[in-house]
Amino acid sequence: MKIFVTVKQVPDTSGKVAVKPDGTLDRASMATITNPDDMNAVEAALKIKDETGCRVIAVSMGPMTAESMLRELMAMGVDEGLLISGREFGGSDTYATSQIIAAGIDHYGLEPDDIIFSGRQAIDGDTAQVGPQIAEKLHIPQVSYAGEVTKAGNKLTVKRMLEDGYMTVEVETPCLITCIKELNEPRYMSVSGIDGCFDKPLIIYDYNELKDHPLIDPTTIGLKGSPTNIYKSFTPPQKGAGRMLTGSAKETAKELASVLSEKHLI
Amino acid sequence: MTKDFNSADIAAFKNVWVFCEQRGGELMPTDFELISEGRKLADELGVELCGILLGDGVDGIAKELGGYGADKVYVFNSPLLKNYTTDAYTKVICDAVEEFKPEVFLIGASNIGRDLAPRCAARLHTGLCVDCTHLDVALDGYIEFLKNSSSMDLEGMKWDSPLFDVHRNLKMTRPAFGGHLMATIVCPRFRPAMATVRPGVMQKRPFDQAKADAVQIIKPSFELAETDLKTKVTEVVKSAKKMADLIGAEYIVAVGGGIASNVDKGIALAEELAAELGGVVGASRPVIDAGWMSADHQIGQTGKTVRPKVYIALGISGAIQHKAGMQDSELIIAVNKNEAAPIFEIADYGICGDLFEVAPQLIAEIKAAKAAK
Repeated sequence: MKIFVTVKQVPDTSGKVAVKPDGTLDRASMATITNPDDMNAVEAALKIKDETGCRVIAVSMGPMTAESMLRELMAMGVDEGLLISGREFGGSDTYATSQIIAAGIDHYGLEPDDIIFSGRQAIDGDTAQVGPQIAEKLHIPQVSYAGEVTKAGNKLTVKRMLEDGYMTVEVETPCLITCIKELNEPRYMSVSGIDGCFDKPLIIYDYNELKDHPLIDPTTIGLKGSPTNIYKSFTPPQKGAGRMLTGSAKETAKELASVLSEKHLI
Repeated sequence: MTKDFNSADIAAFKNVWVFCEQRGGELMPTDFELISEGRKLADELGVELCGILLGDGVDGIAKELGGYGADKVYVFNSPLLKNYTTDAYTKVICDAVEEFKPEVFLIGASNIGRDLAPRCAARLHTGLCVDCTHLDVALDGYIEFLKNSSSMDLEGMKWDSPLFDVHRNLKMTRPAFGGHLMATIVCPRFRPAMATVRPGVMQKRPFDQAKADAVQIIKPSFELAETDLKTKVTEVVKSAKKMADLIGAEYIVAVGGGIASNVDKGIALAEELAAELGGVVGASRPVIDAGWMSADHQIGQTGKTVRPKVYIALGISGAIQHKAGMQDSELIIAVNKNEAAPIFEIADYGICGDLFEVAPQLIAEIKAAKAAK
């Protein structure tokens, strides 16, 4: 049994976000982090590793610079990194990305007692598509929005969160689970983990490695293989600044109340 | 998947579909918003609008969808469809899409819709744009939208594309990078063009009883066996406490990190102010992350999208992720100690001050103003 965790290095959109004059993101000037929900997926995998001693493999698609993220995850306890990287994969939308990652996992070897953990969504796109689409391409069941996961043999019991409550869902391996923040508290890197992280294996799959996989085809990967395209991108308008009310708390409150009253809002 | 289905044969696809989610046999409010928006798109394309409803004995609730604009509702009943499962819903929906070939397919971006839509798109081999905040088919409508909602210089902008017909393709606009950018996505080479839309974003039309009576209910035959389900739902639990009803609220008082010095008092003041206005209380992400309020109160990119008549932000700095969830409110009032807080950039009225001093005064003044009427 082994566990794959899909991870993504993302620009830190909670900090300062730089937008170039042409309306695209100035990634070079922004700090990168491991996508927050993916950290919960890593922790979910490491918890099962703590109990069973299984192998945990972090899988990412991206530029070679994503190695630094994979090394950090190894310092947390991940056993191996799998980086899918190649110019041919660039420009992929979520559909094409899912197809490529699914091919990478399948090429590595997905066995009947394996689990894949993904984060619910990445903060750069907020799409939440890649997890379910990997599961579909691998023909395995998915449970998304996992708030609790327990494992007994090959059966996982997942508390699947809804807006107004939750469902309890049972699923057997192999399966894919997407994780939310409430699932756990990601652990820190350990000192011994940091010492050992550069000795752990990092496997690179480039286009040549994966090109014979049935899911990989020039018509289904990269920009050309992506079903969706960007038609226009733009920044939202700066709304004209409103009016600042000045005076004591009582004076400003009184003025505001009269505005609401005049507009028949109270 | 049937062998002869080809999502690239775009001429074979026609009509707009809306997935109508039910929980416990009741339609979700988003269904009516999506049907209303679907009506606009169907009219722009000159085609029919169809709802697709899955459940167990749900015929009775289908007609209501007609009242908001559906011409037809396809209903699929089975005990295996009573509760949502990815496998059963994906199979029945994808089989129906392959048979009836809609060109546009809208799904609500609930926790269920966001599970279902990507799985369906992957199986059908088509494109999906999630969490859309605006949808257009007609190009002039899209340009009009950009005039109001973008900072782009539209003079001399090139609209045509050598790759696709800009007048027939669905233009799906969504926030990206936490709301820092907006992107309009198209799905030119495959059908259906799929989009999910967040609850509360689209406006519901007035209910029309005559249209509800005229709606055509269709029950196609379909195949679904227990062995198709790889997951088993053993219980569905509805939260015992009342969930914050932010979507559709006309007045919202939201609190942010500014309540940190006295959390209980800050929340109590917001509740009192909201009660005075007949509204509800929401919060920005730091309040949820700190555990001061439950996640159903969260407004913003990863929370709820709201557009009340009046939005009062108490001690909220106004990170772009928060703005993305509330900037379409009709009147925004912000109270913050920090005069440089970004929330003031979008507020109609700003008060630079301590919320613990301003809010009690505001409650008193609103009471007085109401009494004077």
